[in-house]
Parts: sequence; C-alpha cells; structure tokens
Amino acid sequence: MSEAAGQQHPIGIYLKIWTLLFVLSFFSYMVDWYQLQGFWRWTLILIFMFLKAGFIVAIFMHLSWERLSLKYVLLLPPLAILVLIALMAIEGDYTNAVRHLFFDR
Amino acid sequence: MSVNTEKTSTFTEPGVGGMVADWSSDKQAFDMPWGKLMMWIFLLSDTFIFSVFLTGYMNVRMSATDGWPNPSEVFALTLFGEHLPLILIAIMTFVLITSSGTMAMAVNYAYRGDKRKTVWLISITAFLGATFVGMQAFEWTKLIVDEGIRPWSNPFGAAQFGSTFFMITGFHGMHVTAGVIYLAIVARKVARGDYDKKGYAIVEIAGLYWHFVDLVWVFIFAFFYLW
Repeated sequence: MSEAAGQQHPIGIYLKIWTLLFVLSFFSYMVDWYQLQGFWRWTLILIFMFLKAGFIVAIFMHLSWERLSLKYVLLLPPLAILVLIALMAIEGDYTNAVRHLFFDR
Repeated sequence: MSVNTEKTSTFTEPGVGGMVADWSSDKQAFDMPWGKLMMWIFLLSDTFIFSVFLTGYMNVRMSATDGWPNPSEVFALTLFGEHLPLILIAIMTFVLITSSGTMAMAVNYAYRGDKRKTVWLISITAFLGATFVGMQAFEWTKLIVDEGIRPWSNPFGAAQFGSTFFMITGFHGMHVTAGVIYLAIVARKVARGDYDKKGYAIVEIAGLYWHFVDLVWVFIFAFFYLW
C-alpha cells in the first residue's frame, strides 16, 4: 500500500523535540520552585504550556506536515472553546460577587 | 450488453449495502487512511471534553469564596529528608514526555519497516504509561488516606478542589490506562506480523492517541498544578 510513504523524518528531530519538552517542563517546574507570583507566574506558565502543546501537536503528531484541510478541521473548532471560557469567566466572577454580597455580612 | 450486466455502478445495489455505497460515493476529502482521520476526529471531540472539564474547573475556582488550596503544598513530598514541592507531579510529567518521545520514534521505525525496534519502543512507551498510572494511584492514595481530601470536602480550603481534582485527573488517568492497553495490543500485533501487508499506519494512529494523552497532561499540569 501507499502507506510506505507515510510520515518519514530523521530520528534526530524527535530527540531534539524531546529534549526541548524536557527543558520547557523543567522551566515550568522552576516557576513553582521559585514561587514566582503575579503577572510573571501566569505569563510564564502559559508561554511554556503553549510551546509544549505546540511542539507535541506540530512535530510528534506530525500536524505541521499534514495538508491545510486537516489543519483547519482540527484547529478551527477549538476556537469555540474561547467563547465558553469567556462566558464561564464572567459567570464565575458574578457568582463569586453574589456569594460575597450575601455571605459576608 | 448481456454479458456485462454485472454491477457497473454501486448505485444499483439494494439494501444496506447500497446505502453505505451511496453515502461513501463522494470524493475522498482527506488523503490518508480512514482510521487516521477517524482518530483525529475522535481526538477533536476529546479536546472538547477536556476543555469543558478545565473550563468548569476555572468556573468553580473563580466562584469559590473559601481559599483555594495551594497545589504546590498539597502535592509536596518529603524525599530523603528534603521537602520538595510538587515533585511527584514533575516526575510524572517527565515520564509522560519521555513516553511520547519513545512513541514518536516507534512510529518512525514502523514506517521504516524495522519491526524489532518498533515493538521495543511501543513496549517502553506502554511501560512508561503504566508507571505514570502507578504514580497517580500513589498520589490519589496519599491524598485520600493521609490528607483526607474528598470530592466534597478537604481540610485545606475550598471544597471544589477535591471534586475537580478527582474528576480531571481521574478522566486523564483513565485515558492513560486505556492507552497502555491499546499500545500493548498494537505491539503484539506488530510483533506477530499482522501489519506486514496492511502497512504500518496503525502504529501512527495509536501514536496520535498517545501524544494526545501527553498533550492533555500539559494543560492539566499548567492549569491545575501550577496555577
């Protein structure tokens, strides 16, 4: 079958990405280790998280070598989740405010 | 004409066989084995499941009026007389990343036709996955038995901590467990030579699932353990 032509890449790229993921995980652990707080804590956690997720999907799952049609099928629908996150953040904030209003006195 | 009346078009076929033929008669949109596309679609749906869990977690954490327990301390361990925050989770993260690396290489060697290395690498992946689940079982036991954390209450603060923790890590652990079984089956079939004629796309498909499990952990690690 034509599967012989499936994803073919030199082994080295996996070892490099593996090392990179190790380093990024180590960095995110260091964020906790040094108890960074506030702006830099959230920023660094998110940066390392998105970098790791990106490398796993792009290289390990070979998405960067797939055709654009598949990329769109996989990457566009999750954008709807951003709407859910926004709505639930507003709702959570509101619930918290109401709880304080009623229970704090 | 009378000689070649055998089906020239599948549209003439009656019954369920014809229905399947009709629905599948469109042009193929994605140039890949159908199993691979179906795995991607499944993973997309799974993305939504985990996103909804994590969004629900965000919602209850934002609305909780009691203080949220500090994960750094809740998941701390004392090893060799040293107090190490979050150490078990860090080790679990490294184990899962390593298993993703060995899986990626297994896929590569499968397409090269190196069965021996493929079987070895898949087996190592499954072993690391089982190690991860083992450490998670240890973590859960410690939290439930020693720390008294329950889905409805815990001694550290907001009660929602327990319910979201057991829900999210439990669902992820279930995925890892299923993945270990899946990989073990694929490894055995590769060793037996079941894919010699079919091609080794199945190893790549199993790999997609495994990398996804690792991917979900990246988000759980960031949002639940570090946030």
